[in-house]
Amino acid sequence: MPINLQMPALSPTMEEGTLAKWLVKEGDEVSSGDLLAEIETDKATMEFEAIDEGIVAQIVVPEGTDNVKVGEVIAIIAEEGEDASAASAPAPTKEQKSERKSEAEDSKTEAPTPSPTTTPAPAPAPAAAPSTSSDGRVKASPLARRLAEQKDVDLSTIAGSGPGGRIVKTDIDAAEGGTAPVKSAATSAPSAAPEPAPAPATAAPANDFDVPHSAEKLSGMRKTIAKRLTAAKQSIPHYRVSIDVNIDKLLKLRGELNASLEARGVKLSVNDLMIKAQAIALMQAPDSNVSYTEDAMIRYARADIAVAVSIPGGLITPIVTSADTKSLSAIATEMKDLAERAKAGKLKMHEYQGGTASLSNMGMFGVTTFDAVINPPHGMILAISAGIKKPVVIDDSVQIATMMTVTGSFDHRAIDGATGAAFMKAFKEIVENPLGMLA
Amino acid sequence: MTQSYDLVVLGSGPGGYVAAIRAAQLGLKTAIVERENLGGICLNWGCIPTKALLRSAEIFHNMKNAADYGLAAENITADLEAVVKRSRGVAKQLTQGVAGLMKKNKIDVVMGDGKITAPGKINVKTEKGDEELETKNIIIATGARARDLPFAKADGKRIWTYRHAMTPPEMPTKLLIIGSGAIGIEFASFYNDMGSEVTVVEMLDRIVPVEDEEVSKFLEKSLKKQGMNIMTGAGVKSIDAGAKGVKAEIEDSKGKKQAHEFSHVIVAVGIQPNIEAIGLDELGVEPDERFHIKTDAHCRTNVDGIYAIGDCTAGPWLAHKASHEGVIAAETIAGGHPHTMDINNIPGCTYCHPQIASVGLTEAKAKEAGYEVKVGKFPFIGNGKAIALGETEGFIKTVFDAKTGELLGAHMIGAEVTELIQGYTVGKTLETTEAELMNTVFPHPTLSEMMHESVLDAYGRVMHI
Repeated sequence: MPINLQMPALSPTMEEGTLAKWLVKEGDEVSSGDLLAEIETDKATMEFEAIDEGIVAQIVVPEGTDNVKVGEVIAIIAEEGEDASAASAPAPTKEQKSERKSEAEDSKTEAPTPSPTTTPAPAPAPAAAPSTSSDGRVKASPLARRLAEQKDVDLSTIAGSGPGGRIVKTDIDAAEGGTAPVKSAATSAPSAAPEPAPAPATAAPANDFDVPHSAEKLSGMRKTIAKRLTAAKQSIPHYRVSIDVNIDKLLKLRGELNASLEARGVKLSVNDLMIKAQAIALMQAPDSNVSYTEDAMIRYARADIAVAVSIPGGLITPIVTSADTKSLSAIATEMKDLAERAKAGKLKMHEYQGGTASLSNMGMFGVTTFDAVINPPHGMILAISAGIKKPVVIDDSVQIATMMTVTGSFDHRAIDGATGAAFMKAFKEIVENPLGMLA
Repeated sequence: MTQSYDLVVLGSGPGGYVAAIRAAQLGLKTAIVERENLGGICLNWGCIPTKALLRSAEIFHNMKNAADYGLAAENITADLEAVVKRSRGVAKQLTQGVAGLMKKNKIDVVMGDGKITAPGKINVKTEKGDEELETKNIIIATGARARDLPFAKADGKRIWTYRHAMTPPEMPTKLLIIGSGAIGIEFASFYNDMGSEVTVVEMLDRIVPVEDEEVSKFLEKSLKKQGMNIMTGAGVKSIDAGAKGVKAEIEDSKGKKQAHEFSHVIVAVGIQPNIEAIGLDELGVEPDERFHIKTDAHCRTNVDGIYAIGDCTAGPWLAHKASHEGVIAAETIAGGHPHTMDINNIPGCTYCHPQIASVGLTEAKAKEAGYEVKVGKFPFIGNGKAIALGETEGFIKTVFDAKTGELLGAHMIGAEVTELIQGYTVGKTLETTEAELMNTVFPHPTLSEMMHESVLDAYGRVMHI
């Protein structure tokens, strides 16, 4: 089968680019790693490397073409033994093109991180640039590669200190917390006694009495969760504010909306309404839609809600962007797609990195109240519990109402108590007067 | 008249002259100060002339064993004076080479005793009088000299340092060598091959104590077979040098003291840095705990603008380490960000017969450091080229981290191993694991195939034993 070479996505957000220059011509033999073309995005010019081998049968997009969409077929490669001229015959139709586009987005953007689950939550950019060259290749020594494999360290996230940014042993040790048995400092004497491997500071001592157990290797996702949430708990002064919310009106509205949305195949969950309510509340109480950094207070102009989704082996937080302005049906459709792809491990990096605040919902488990750990760099996270029918006093008489306890965890460095409380009040008012969410 | 520079290097050994060349390449106006000969000890009194001597000894040895190769050579004699003359000729040629390199790189050479009089100021006592140099930066590369034994001060007559041993006034008939490091063992090997009766006394429990224990053991056996007398765990208690010879009292490993007579003594008990007469105390340049100049990973001393490299700093005291530091210091001064050096990747070579070469951790040191190791070993007798050469003595040993496959060390003894060690050094510097070494194609027939086999052996896959 001839291989359709598609416009690569050279960054998670790239949608189109300029095919600046072909470095091969029709009839050239190429093998994996050969440079094929130079592609310009608005940010940079990058080299596009061959993954497959074969003969360049046809160049579909001539050099100098602007606005080439990611996934568009730019050339056709005939595999070994194939007739190059025959391979060029089936020119892609428009339909095929668009199909390929989505395929290409999937495969290309995921290539550097095959499993997006290794970074379950929005990660702040690493201080130094990772050692991935413009063509996506990671420069690392053989020993560094093996150590990374053994220790489940993602090489693409590490900055190399060797020649030309090559990742070497010490970089892996540093990334992993320095558990190498020997430190090879340049100035240490040959006879210097090596320091014993330090135990990771945060690890609890293993249970040393004789309980039957198994020791499972930590997954990359588990380590990332451990690292990020430990850092969050240690560095962020959390405080929590709880409020009880009457959701009867909201449930009623949801029932009516779902009845009318049925024809469109959309079903709103309580969670979708919570996303919308949190987003609107953040816009109404913008002092809670912030991130604290060492240098500045970041104030967000829209509300992107990172929603914790439980997936096999851990959790991930896909993001509903601009949830404050999206319709409920749009949020429901998007969330369903994100959650499904999250569970299948098919989220793209930009779909789970970022966000301005987070939402965690345990209502489906019937929990009455809980609080959540802030997901940096966010300034707050909302913990949603179950809606439970309770006797409550309304208009001086005891009535039955569906009550939900909602707890916000706030970063006190950025959001003071009264500010957090103001947000909770806004949230309660939106949920208890849910028609506002439709406007 | 005062000359002004970006950099003045004190000392023109393999550290100093390489630093000067690198600095000149980077556009620094550079001068080098030398009190004796360009090229320092290495070229004039160390590495190079001893290799010339040892080459003569090797050929002499081969001639004596010509019959092993189906050849006849009769009435073979050694002319020590001619051998030494050749060695001096080699040294002179290289010194002139360094002079040429200085000229080519437009480095000013100032011959005389240099002293740092103030930060950025150097006074050089030349034949024509004092010369003052002004400079933004100084690299101290003054090297080291043989360490004295208080009771056996070298006089050049009966008691020699390496320097006397290189230009001997006469052939020693019965030679005592104190110390079995690289220098002691090389002279032991040379004079043994030339026909002296040689005794080596080592204080520690094995000769060449920095090498892997198996290498020490193998060398001791080999040297004894060649007729050398080796006393380890022993100490020389007193030396009494007279006109006709030397009386030495030696305490052996069992504590028994006995008097021995020798014609000459070579004292090779280590080195001491040349740091006294260059003004360091006045400037407050700090020494380390062994009284060498203390430096950081970029060869900076505690005083701004003053750098130090080579034998006057911490070990290992090897010419190639000094040269490498010269480059690091020059690049640092020029504002670059040079890599720093990992001492575990500095190879060491000893040119005794059989030769020794090594890099990285010994098996014992690796275990001490907490590694679980995989060790491979391959003997010369299993290698086709070694048999063809008639050099079947020796082995190549490799030490790997069992967990990661990291090559921790390589230790070799046998013919030409000093030319082989670089293969492992490149591998170590590139952070090889056993896989890359196994996947490397080694040419046949060469001694280097043993390097492959040793790696294979560590993983239970050896072919030819």
